[in-house]
Amino acid sequence: MSHTSNRSISTAVTAETIATAGVVAPESVARYAIGLGDDALILAQRLGEWIAHAPELEEDVALGNIALDQLGHARSFLTYASSAWGKTEDDLAYFRDESEFLNRQLFEQPNGDFAQTIARQLVASVYFEMLYTSLTKSTDPTLAAIAAKAVKEVSYHIDHSTQWLFRLGLGTTISRERMQRGLEAVWPFTAELFSPDPLTEGLEGIAVNPSSLRVDFDRVTQQAIADAGLTLPTTPAVRGGGRSGIHTESLGPLLAEMQVLARAHPRATW
Amino acid sequence: MTTPGDSGGRETWPMWEVFVRSSRGLSHVHSGSLHASDETMAVRNARDLYTRRAEGVSIWVVRASDITASDPDARGAFFESPQGKEYRHATYYTESDSVPHL
Repeated sequence: MSHTSNRSISTAVTAETIATAGVVAPESVARYAIGLGDDALILAQRLGEWIAHAPELEEDVALGNIALDQLGHARSFLTYASSAWGKTEDDLAYFRDESEFLNRQLFEQPNGDFAQTIARQLVASVYFEMLYTSLTKSTDPTLAAIAAKAVKEVSYHIDHSTQWLFRLGLGTTISRERMQRGLEAVWPFTAELFSPDPLTEGLEGIAVNPSSLRVDFDRVTQQAIADAGLTLPTTPAVRGGGRSGIHTESLGPLLAEMQVLARAHPRATW
Repeated sequence: MTTPGDSGGRETWPMWEVFVRSSRGLSHVHSGSLHASDETMAVRNARDLYTRRAEGVSIWVVRASDITASDPDARGAFFESPQGKEYRHATYYTESDSVPHL
């Protein structure tokens, strides 16, 4: 349709505008941005696995849209981070190994069934919205600009997952069971999102203290789960450590698939 | 009469017709159709499918089975009867010299 699209979309910050602006991230800020970028990148890659496998074609597109939004956030964070070492977003995405990825473990977890993906997406979207809202107040202008663009997109992602949470939770006996099972499967990974983040050290005013998001996150997710007629899981938390490069067995195969083409054909373009 | 989007009783999400208004002051125009579990999800799906490039400011969805349509096989009798009835067009009539400002 129209190519003279919405001006506010075309002027928002992107990986390209960050790269051409020539801003160089201080190394500690860059390390923090890698963590944020990896969270978004790994979840985008996971969601992409649904393409052509979702319950309906329309849901392929919905999950694909969300994945592309998150890929956009990842590209912005990683492009900014890579400036600290004169690298590119591709260097960081394709040429780091598993132990160098700093994403929280929630985001690398397998999709499971559709309900489990919705459970993970609910947790992720609510967390991202609170994180990015807080990050818009960062004294680092690039991080604040990336967050300001991202926060509008994740608000829609929350809507998508809560709509499905309600439909599955209040649907049939089977859909309710599977939605509850999905919540139980992802819940052990929520605690890590709010645990102390070594990458925020020395970045007061720039980085967001993850523990400050916990109260709001609990309030929103508990309300949504109760409204869907489901029970808040009490499954114990896993050990975590994603921000220190410690990962579950799920990350390796994901990276292999994500990185194989770029490593087989370095610097290839299309 | 026919029903667009009739799935023939297959167990599937119902079909919805999507109408998008591209800007204030214009009408909603039919953009296409999609499947969704209910009307709320239909609006969400329509947003993802038909407004990705900022095409719209408003979306309507209508369950396809709620639309009553003319029968495409009967379009001869239905639409062709105006042929030969040129007097239904203003151009059929000649302008009278005695009526100014027409």
